Amino acid sequence: MLKIDNITMKFGGVVAVNKFSAEIDKGEIVGLIGPNGAGKTTVFNMVTGVYKPTIGDILYAPSGKLQSITNLRPDEIAKIGICRTFQNIRLFKELSVLDNVFIGNHLRLQSGVVSSVLRLPNYTRQEKDMYEKSKYLLEKVGLYDERDEKSFSLPYGKQRRLEIARALATEPKLLLLDEPAAGMNPQETQELMEFIGNIKDEFELTIFLIEHHMEVVMGICERIYVLDHGAHIADGDPIEIQNNPKVIEAYLGVD
Amino acid sequence: MKKNNNLLKNIIYIVVAILAMLVLNLFLDSYQVRILNLCFIYIILGLSMNLINGFTGLFSLGHAGFMAIGAYTVAILTMTPEMKEMNFYMKPMLPALINLNAPFLIALLSGGLLAALFGFLIGAPVLKLTDDYLAIATLGFSEIIRVVIVNLQSITNGALGLKGIPQKTNDFIAGRFDIKPSINLLWAGIAAIITIALIRLLMKSSYGKAFKAIREDEIAARSMGINLFKHKVMSFTIGSFLAGIGGGLLAVSLGTIDPTLFKFALTWNIILIVVLGGMGNISGTIISAMVVTIAMEALRFLDESINFGFIQTPALPGLRMVVFSIILMAVVIFKKDNIIKSTLEKARGRYAKN
Repeated sequence: MLKIDNITMKFGGVVAVNKFSAEIDKGEIVGLIGPNGAGKTTVFNMVTGVYKPTIGDILYAPSGKLQSITNLRPDEIAKIGICRTFQNIRLFKELSVLDNVFIGNHLRLQSGVVSSVLRLPNYTRQEKDMYEKSKYLLEKVGLYDERDEKSFSLPYGKQRRLEIARALATEPKLLLLDEPAAGMNPQETQELMEFIGNIKDEFELTIFLIEHHMEVVMGICERIYVLDHGAHIADGDPIEIQNNPKVIEAYLGVD
Repeated sequence: MKKNNNLLKNIIYIVVAILAMLVLNLFLDSYQVRILNLCFIYIILGLSMNLINGFTGLFSLGHAGFMAIGAYTVAILTMTPEMKEMNFYMKPMLPALINLNAPFLIALLSGGLLAALFGFLIGAPVLKLTDDYLAIATLGFSEIIRVVIVNLQSITNGALGLKGIPQKTNDFIAGRFDIKPSINLLWAGIAAIITIALIRLLMKSSYGKAFKAIREDEIAARSMGINLFKHKVMSFTIGSFLAGIGGGLLAVSLGTIDPTLFKFALTWNIILIVVLGGMGNISGTIISAMVVTIAMEALRFLDESINFGFIQTPALPGLRMVVFSIILMAVVIFKKDNIIKSTLEKARGRYAKN
């Protein structure tokens, strides 16, 4: 479904990602791990169009044929079904929880600005659906009762779930989660893992996630890619990764 | 049912407002009517700037330029050929423009549309910038528009300005109800009501929410599929359109326009209204537009010489603007924004308790 073909990202003289390749099939949960500063988020930024890779190509096939998305803008990439969450939460802080999710629906709106302002039936019908879908998603992530609160007032764990709900509102086929369990306690982490499994089944998602909590990565990922200093050092299923000497070296260091 | 009730309530508000304007038009003297008229114009201008700066988070300082475009379009389209010939004594007007004439409504809408066109053309390159850079670029464009107006002598009469813009915009009402043919509140009032409704509906819609999302976090907004450029240009163009309308109404209300009117100070007045009323706050902007406009007139005594009994100060033209500067500084330091909103909430809280 997604094919990352030998991408390199240079910032001036710094090589953040060096010749990274990966392939993700439909319906998989794939993990991307590595020590801090390994270039994981940079990979996400390239896939979602925030950065354009210095070298290499990113191909995506929502259905059937692979097409290059390397030169698309972030909003165009979101439109074709790749959406993400952020490592450092980026909610629309001053807006209500419900509005945050509602805005996630905006890209699927079929009405122009004139019919929206005049509230023509064509628009109001869509708006009603958008609100209903948003409320459904909020119920799904357990934030329905807080729908009228401003999003910044939510506790950290709920903000993370709100980000996921907002991303789901864009109707993605491929969901990129950047450290979804960051800052969560073991109980919350356990719930999050179940939650990710649930939404994957319900919305027929393919999930690509960055995570430091090894129990999350080892628990739900079918395959794992490991990055260190921008370079791809290993990939395979959780058992292989756990026993790979290169991975142990990258994480623990060697004498 | 609730929705219908709201609609009904809104219609009643509007009808009451229009009736109130008709009554005020009869009973107020022409000076008061003129101030009320200015209030409505500043409501339009305040809301249009709030759309760009407060709701979409684009720091734009180009309002005076768009207002100038609206004002000159309305002036050129409504002035009589004789009046134009009298005005253009230095250099004759372009023959094509002398006989150009349109009813007021069409002139006003053309002014808005022309301002919107310029907003669109300027916005397309400039909105790639953010923050202070955008402010500098829009300010620059606004000055360019003014300088171009100074130099297009055969179209705009240059630095001499245009005098005798017809004020009889009330033929329809005056003919029927024998209302004194002075300045008429209706045009500005109705335009203000339409603007308030437009901004409310826009901000309630999905597009308005997308604008707010851009203000809150551009990176998140574009990752959620919002085309930043398209939405910014849209907001900027709608804001410019309303600025053009406001400028056109101002031209008619003043009767005389010249390029010095559209200097940065005019934009500054609107910023004052927006900051006092609160960024992204519609009712706050309406209230602060009225308060600032009335205060600007009420504080005129500060510009004249003041007799304290034991000492007579000399006339200090511009002293009243110092007052506004101090208010603005105080607001920025102590309240940051939403001063009116928080005051209203406090007041409501007090009543709720009693």
